[in-house]
Amino acid sequence: MAQNILVIGELDGGAASTTTLELLAGASSLSDGGTVGVTLLGAGASSAAASCIGATVAYVNDDSEYDSFRGDQWLNAIAGAVESSSPDVVLIAQSIVGREIGPRLSHRLGTAVAMDCVSISNEGGATKATRPCFGGNAMATYGFETSPAIATVRAKSFEILESGSGPASTEELPGAGESRTVIIATEEATSEGLQIQDAPVVVCGGRGLGEAEAFGQIEEIAAAIGVDKAAVGASRAAVDLGWYPPSQQVGLTGKVVTPDLYLAVAVSGASQHMAGCSGSKTIVGINRDEEANIWSFSRYGIIGDYKQVVPALIEELKKAAGN
Amino acid sequence: MHLVVCAKQIPDPDTPPSAFKIDEATNSVVPAPGISPILSQFDGIAAEAALRIKESQGDDSKVTVISMGADSARAAIKQVLAMGADEGVLLNDEAFEGGDSYTTAKVLAAAINHLGDVDAVFCGRQAADWDMGQVGLLLSEELNWASAIIAKGVEYGDGNISVQRVLTDGFETVSTQLPAVVTVSNEFGEPRYPKLPQIMAAAKKTVTQLGASDLGLDPSDVGASGSRLKVERLYIPETDSNVEFMEGDTPQEQAAALVQKLQADKLI
Repeated sequence: MAQNILVIGELDGGAASTTTLELLAGASSLSDGGTVGVTLLGAGASSAAASCIGATVAYVNDDSEYDSFRGDQWLNAIAGAVESSSPDVVLIAQSIVGREIGPRLSHRLGTAVAMDCVSISNEGGATKATRPCFGGNAMATYGFETSPAIATVRAKSFEILESGSGPASTEELPGAGESRTVIIATEEATSEGLQIQDAPVVVCGGRGLGEAEAFGQIEEIAAAIGVDKAAVGASRAAVDLGWYPPSQQVGLTGKVVTPDLYLAVAVSGASQHMAGCSGSKTIVGINRDEEANIWSFSRYGIIGDYKQVVPALIEELKKAAGN
Repeated sequence: MHLVVCAKQIPDPDTPPSAFKIDEATNSVVPAPGISPILSQFDGIAAEAALRIKESQGDDSKVTVISMGADSARAAIKQVLAMGADEGVLLNDEAFEGGDSYTTAKVLAAAINHLGDVDAVFCGRQAADWDMGQVGLLLSEELNWASAIIAKGVEYGDGNISVQRVLTDGFETVSTQLPAVVTVSNEFGEPRYPKLPQIMAAAKKTVTQLGASDLGLDPSDVGASGSRLKVERLYIPETDSNVEFMEGDTPQEQAAALVQKLQADKLI
């Protein structure tokens, strides 16, 4: 049954963000012939709309005041798009935007939101949302008693459409109004070079490393695989202990990565951690605990103390690279 | 100042996956034998944030801890009282059971209005059981208050609260007027650990119990009957467990075997 979908898009450097394009791909298949709207707010929004494959209509405003996300300003603009498009389903990324807009929009529309979903389906016009819960130990599928159904969606839950047409029409949303929130300062904490979300290989260190200095060896593994290919991640436990920067945290409260190869060193594989990496194509563990949870997700494993295994692995990787 | 901390009692998230069981007939988690429920860790951190503000403001400030739940949730309340909160409120009523985030926020908002003089509410960024992360924001909508979420730092001065928020790639400091709801993240740091005298003192602190009628709530608007989101299925996902362990007498041999496998699979 056809459904009208509205995607709350986000801009990244003036272009539609990767997650926005993913949501549009999901929306396109869910809509079953209904309309797919996308909202874009901030400098570059009008020109970014053209790249939104899967959308039938774009709702934009280029006001650069929107570039820094303030929930109350965004909600006022989004309300206009909701009114114009009468959506059955609203999709938002599980980003800082989605975490705030999802609940607040649901309340204003007298409906509900399911947060951090990994799949959304249209069962004869009824929307079902599936999401991990209990730290990833369980999955729950939800139905909605109210409309529209709102869901925030985890990164990489849908594959971007490579071809197709962009929005046939564009409507203008109002510019930014007043906000109760004043932004005093921002501090970028991006890592240099390859970002963990984009890297084909992620080498991750966990609490089992026992000390911050051991991350030097994790970085050496990544370097031996190739700095253009491998990035370094850390479990929340390692980040909370101050061993590695929060920008590199993988897991439920960190980043979601889906590399071809995820090499987990001294990571026990707690469900909360696996929530951020279980979509990886191949997971490899190095752990001295034969009973570690990481083995439930791994394709290959080495049971042993990382202090012995990692230096050997670095040497073998360097040898292989030399061939 | 009057600060409120919302505290939830949850099954211990460190329950080993082998002991984690679900009753698929009722879509609920079966309590693991011998593992006590705990205060959701993010709520403990939220309590720490509230207590630090109280301490910076001197004697006329007060922290009230509120929990909606069964009688067992008194343990979560007592823990926050032992950390230094002044009073507790247990929201316990059959009518509250089986609710969703929306009905939870509705009950909490009614309790905060009942207290009357609250300046700020602190919640964990999400409860570590359902991991939704929306009650704090729904609460701010119910109360029509400002909000700031996922805080790694919180400061108060001149009627404004300034919050350092965690973004995907960095941090942002925002300032907002009170009253406001703040949700606190693990980046804030560890909560204090109460010592025995504080635990003893907490036992003597008042915990008020309130139900739907005390809060002027219609039972049909809360709990399962007021819910907008229904769990239709709760299940344990199947994991791929065909792990192949690298053989070898030495770490060197095991590492060499792994590198061969990864090369054969064109992963490196």
